[in-house]
Amino acid sequence: MTRFAPTEGVLSWGRVIRETQDVARPLWREDLPGLLREDTAAGRSCLAIGARRSYGDSGLNGGQTVIDMTGLDRGIAFDPARRTMRAEAGMTFDALLPILLRSGHFLPVTPGTRFVTLGGAVANDVHGKNHHGAGTFGCWVRRLGLLRSDGVEWELTPDDPTGLFAATVGGLGLTGIITWVEFEVIPAGSALMDTETVPFDDLDGFFAIAAESEAGFDYTVAWVDCLATGASLGRGIFSRGRHAPTGTRLLADKTGPAVPFEFPELALNGLSVRAFNTLYNWRSRMKAGKAVVPALSFFYPLDALRHWNRIYGRRGMYQYQSVVPPSAAREATRAMLQTIAAAGQGSFLAVLKTFGDRVSPGLLSFPREGTTLALDFPNRGSDTLSLLDRLDAIVREAGGRLYPAKDGRLPPDLFRSGYPALGAFEHHVDPQFSSRFWRRMQAAA
Amino acid sequence: MRVIILGATSAIAEATARLYAKEGADLLLVARREDRLLAIRDDLLIRGAAKAEVAVRDLADPHGIEADFARFVAQIGGVDHIILAYGILGDQGPAERDPAQAEEILRINFNSAAAWTLAAAGALEKLGRGSLVVIGSVAGDRGRRANFIYGAAKAGLATLVEGLAHRFAGQGPRVVVVKPGPTITPMTESFNRKGALWATPEQVAAVVRRAADRGGPVLYAPWHWRFIMLIIRHLPTFIFNRMNI
Ligand SMILES: Cc1cc2nc3c(=O)[nH]c(=O)nc-3n(C[C@H](O)[C@H](O)[C@H](O)COP(=O)(O)OP(=O)(O)OC[C@H]3O[C@@H](n4cnc5c(N)ncnc54)[C@H](O)[C@@H]3O)c2cc1C
Ligand SMILES: NC(=O)c1ccc[n+]([C@@H]2O[C@H](COP(=O)([O-])OP(=O)(O)OC[C@H]3O[C@@H](n4cnc5c(N)ncnc54)[C@H](OP(=O)(O)O)[C@@H]3O)[C@@H](O)[C@H]2O)c1
Repeated sequence: MTRFAPTEGVLSWGRVIRETQDVARPLWREDLPGLLREDTAAGRSCLAIGARRSYGDSGLNGGQTVIDMTGLDRGIAFDPARRTMRAEAGMTFDALLPILLRSGHFLPVTPGTRFVTLGGAVANDVHGKNHHGAGTFGCWVRRLGLLRSDGVEWELTPDDPTGLFAATVGGLGLTGIITWVEFEVIPAGSALMDTETVPFDDLDGFFAIAAESEAGFDYTVAWVDCLATGASLGRGIFSRGRHAPTGTRLLADKTGPAVPFEFPELALNGLSVRAFNTLYNWRSRMKAGKAVVPALSFFYPLDALRHWNRIYGRRGMYQYQSVVPPSAAREATRAMLQTIAAAGQGSFLAVLKTFGDRVSPGLLSFPREGTTLALDFPNRGSDTLSLLDRLDAIVREAGGRLYPAKDGRLPPDLFRSGYPALGAFEHHVDPQFSSRFWRRMQAAA
Repeated sequence: MRVIILGATSAIAEATARLYAKEGADLLLVARREDRLLAIRDDLLIRGAAKAEVAVRDLADPHGIEADFARFVAQIGGVDHIILAYGILGDQGPAERDPAQAEEILRINFNSAAAWTLAAAGALEKLGRGSLVVIGSVAGDRGRRANFIYGAAKAGLATLVEGLAHRFAGQGPRVVVVKPGPTITPMTESFNRKGALWATPEQVAAVVRRAADRGGPVLYAPWHWRFIMLIIRHLPTFIFNRMNI
């Protein structure tokens, strides 16, 4: 038995939008149909949510109901010989990692935080540092359970003729509740990574190293100094790696410190951002070269500081992630970095990566071939929003798209132009499901 | 490590079982809902349990408790730790007016739990080693109008465990009662869970797991409840009576 209760403080990772929602956190899959019936009877919309590592408004359903899936976190079947894992949708990558490593396996694709759930990873069709070879997480999903508000639980496979699988992968939770996921895992000899760190002096340097690295390294990513201008525009650090074939299979079992409360606004003035960027740059340059590092610090450097999003204070932050097609990549990336440097709203993190040509399986999957840039901005109200508008213009012009999981202000026209399969997707939306994001997109239509 | 969990479908028990699974333990899971037991078993095996078996039983049924406990031990080939976690909160208001309801709260939380505790302690005594951790409650520390029938059962159970611990003092077997404060589990689903004092099942599980290795005979979960209950137990009646707790 479980029920909805009005809850404040269920925020997305960006912490900008603060609305009360009715939240239920079931512990058993058999509780789900009853919760959906309750919503149908009350005429309220529903949204399943995971670990709330999305930054924007696609994982929020203010004034309506959400089903927190994190209590449905049981493994169902692991077959190391067939390399498949089946688990309930609320199981996190954090819980999966030690299980997979014990038998010499790893997640096929992982985002930059391990505190995401399987359901969230599917609903945003997440990507990782190995996109150029492995594609998105959805490329590795073999089967999933989807419960719709009519009470029917579908078992969907990638060859599903109805199109519901393609709508659900990357479907932002709008096609129903993903109850469980079966996915393929990859071999990994150890919990260590063979890595190389290479500084680059400008944007051309980035594209050169990226092109040279992709054949020999499974994982690549770059960090860019957003405050550099002129000849050093786009300078940064390139990191590339692969699983070390031998070594410990144990993950360093430590939880780092946590940011205990929301920092006051003044903690984040331009000066401290500049100092942080310079320090980060300097620190990595010191360590440039080859190293064997624990997988956790290679994939999840930010997870070492729990609740790091609180340092952005009460007003929260925007994360902005775009992808632009290869033909426009250099120009559009340069234009975005110039715009950001000129605005002086320095971003803590600018992550740059090239996406490969492996087609994403979802109708609304974000990743497509091209170059992706991800940035965080403290929310400074209209200054920040107008900077993001200027970046939108560049992305629009380049024929690119934005990641709905990231900014809670994605303009509806840019959503439509970026996702040509939106029309096909809409047929699969469950009539009882909605989100703040979806209402925003619909209102403009 | 061989572990028997009585009431294995409880949220606190499941979180505790996951800690044992991670250590590669052999587990026997006892509760009355087979479908849930099987789902938990599959998960624990994936999480690293060397062995996980289930036994379906209404733990409140007083018949054949000792024999069944011996069967459980035989089923996993011996025992090192026993966790007793099942219980019901009941509905205090109606139970004050309806003796059958009051009796059920007492029968499940005290009579049957006491019988399993004695059976388990007897088994440990024969082995000359091993640990039994019984889940009590802070509700047993001072009767409050909100839940004193449940509290009375938990108080009785805690006294029983303390007595056994006294009897085993200086010998091999260990018996501990862990008293959780309010915890976010199905048992407290209908509560308004505002406020900072609510614990997660994982926090309580960590105390239960540690209690099987050391400490006791009375432990609070999380630990700060020890101090809170110390104060509450010593509040003069004229103050306590005015408090809405
Ligand atoms: C530090 C950090 C680094 C990140 N790095 C990356 C990265 O490298 N690549 C990347 O792709 N993303 C990245 N992200 C974003 C994150 O991976 C995604 O937002 C992910 O979807 C979050 O999963 P979650 O479990 O927290 O889901 P939530 O954020 O809670 O929900 C995400 C979406 O999934 C839906 N959903 C969740 N569970 C279910 C379910 N069971 N059934 C149906 N719908 C469901 C929700 O409705 C929502 O639309 C990062 C986030 C952070 C905080
Ligand atoms: N949650 C709190 O705030 C809190 C605080 C202090 C102490 N405690 C104690 O912690 C223990 C665990 O409870 P919980 O919080 O984890 O709640 P829970 O998830 O509701 O667990 C209670 C469990 O007891 C089982 N049970 C009840 N009667 C049974 C019977 N006759 N036979 C077999 N199993 C039976 C239930 O199984 P069914 O599903 O089959 O009914 C359920 O799995 C209990 O002893 C409780 O009193 C809880």
